[in-house]
Amino acid sequence: MSAVIRPTDKLAVADAGPLVRPLAPARIADAVSEPAWVRRTLIGVALAFLTLFLFVPLIAVFVQAFAKGVDVYWAALTESDAVSALELTLIAAGISVPLNLVFGVAAAWAIAKFDFRGKNVLLTLIDLPFSVSPVIAGLIYLLMFGLQGWWGEWLRAHDLKIVFAVPGIVLATVFVTFPFIARELIPLMQAQGQEQEEAARVLGASGWQILWRVTLPNVKWALLYGVILCNARAMGEFGAVSVVSGHIRGQTNTLPLHIEILYNDYQFAAAFAVASLLAALALVTLVLKYIVERRAKASHQEARNEH
Amino acid sequence: MSTRALLLRRHSVLPGFNLALGFSLLYLCFIVLIPLSAVFLKTFTVSWGTFVDTVTSPRVMASYRLTFGASLLAALVNAVFGLLVSWVLVRYRFPGKRLVDALVDLPFALPTAVAGIALTTLYASNGWIGKLLPFKVSYTPLGVFVALTFIGLPFVVRTVQPVLEDLQRELEEAAATLGASRLQTFAYVIFPALAPALLTGFALAFARALGEYGSVIFIAGNMPMISEITSLLIITKLEQYDYAGATSIAVVMLVAAFLLLLLINLIQAWARKRQGR
Repeated sequence: MSAVIRPTDKLAVADAGPLVRPLAPARIADAVSEPAWVRRTLIGVALAFLTLFLFVPLIAVFVQAFAKGVDVYWAALTESDAVSALELTLIAAGISVPLNLVFGVAAAWAIAKFDFRGKNVLLTLIDLPFSVSPVIAGLIYLLMFGLQGWWGEWLRAHDLKIVFAVPGIVLATVFVTFPFIARELIPLMQAQGQEQEEAARVLGASGWQILWRVTLPNVKWALLYGVILCNARAMGEFGAVSVVSGHIRGQTNTLPLHIEILYNDYQFAAAFAVASLLAALALVTLVLKYIVERRAKASHQEARNEH
Repeated sequence: MSTRALLLRRHSVLPGFNLALGFSLLYLCFIVLIPLSAVFLKTFTVSWGTFVDTVTSPRVMASYRLTFGASLLAALVNAVFGLLVSWVLVRYRFPGKRLVDALVDLPFALPTAVAGIALTTLYASNGWIGKLLPFKVSYTPLGVFVALTFIGLPFVVRTVQPVLEDLQRELEEAAATLGASRLQTFAYVIFPALAPALLTGFALAFARALGEYGSVIFIAGNMPMISEITSLLIITKLEQYDYAGATSIAVVMLVAAFLLLLLINLIQAWARKRQGR
């Protein structure tokens, strides 16, 4: 130790003394944190609140699902109405996620890479479905395509069914999941600017090449996260789908609607069995979110270190 | 005049603007704007007197009181506990912290119907939690509050948490140096910095609660005048083929939601202005 002390350090060493110095930072930390009992109480209250409102309900889903044994659980999942509900849920998500993905990329490209009038209005309009409640999201399609709706007569004359059929369910799902991917991409692409794309352009890349080789690789984690969120919401949507579905068993029931029917039939174990599928999907979503966030942080750090 | 001349302000070397914006606008119109305008156009077919009668009838008024009241209460509880949870997650270390942090988003990811049946079963008088309570929760207005608290939980945490993480510790050190107690530092230094985020989170949770349907209908019991939320009333009217009545109530709820959205934007603009100073 004494070898590294240079003459200029003498004053400081003499003043504080080598034994006192290491204590100083600890005192600063004390001054900007709370006593141990306060910390423990706050942690305790926060965890108690989360336990009551989050953890117990989550555990309850799985416990109730297996309350009547594995056989009942398995029967509830393999029963034909449950299978067709699962199929319809996959169809609705399988159509709405890709549609909103294309929209998200297109909207983010226009908004983040160009300057134009009315950009803020467009941003607000993209967020609009977030503030429309699910029931109203279903209602608007009923007003358009229902029997009393704008195109109701025309649709009936041509023997087409949108509401109380699969197309209505898909439309309602597209509506409620509309902003998810765009909302993830726009802020990130705005922050990244357009220098890289402009450089690619100057080097002779076409628009599609820029998109595939420059822009999308730069936003892949945000894109993936948006897709995950969009998918989770698409598979779990209840209110909007409930309005336009018509609740025809085996035909227009998605998984959440199937849960409602089972629950109202007092088939609690079966209802929770189907619910456990969606709860598992929610947990997978959270795990993927966690991974994506860590990757995004890591690549952010990398980009920083390169500079 | 092409869209380019009309809309583009600054010249750019990048291609695809017309295609990207054109597709986005078209998609936005077909999926969101045209269907949403149907609600307002449908209301115009209703006379003003009928509209007012529908949206102020006693049963509808009772549903507003329940919906707005329970939403407000749930958002307030979430503001308090959300602040506490984000504080604990940012400032303290405890075992399982990462797991807890990840699970806070559960109400975003868990389908509302699943949350609804889980909470109903738990808070029923023979349920795990309901058994321990001396009063009824499921099938009462209190149940509505429980469901809305669950739904709104992540909003405050996720808006306050990043602001708290970015807060400069030097400010707190300075406050301590000047002789402020920890509580004073919190009240005069930390809390004012968090206030805009807290308000935003509160408003977001409130807005989300106003429109919530899936989790509430299971636990509410849905008795007219007592535990019937406005969203359910819209569905009831639809099932009676009273599309005009359903649409009238929907317009009231939409206007409330848009006003809240405006308020949230104003809060955020105010926060940005304060930060800029």
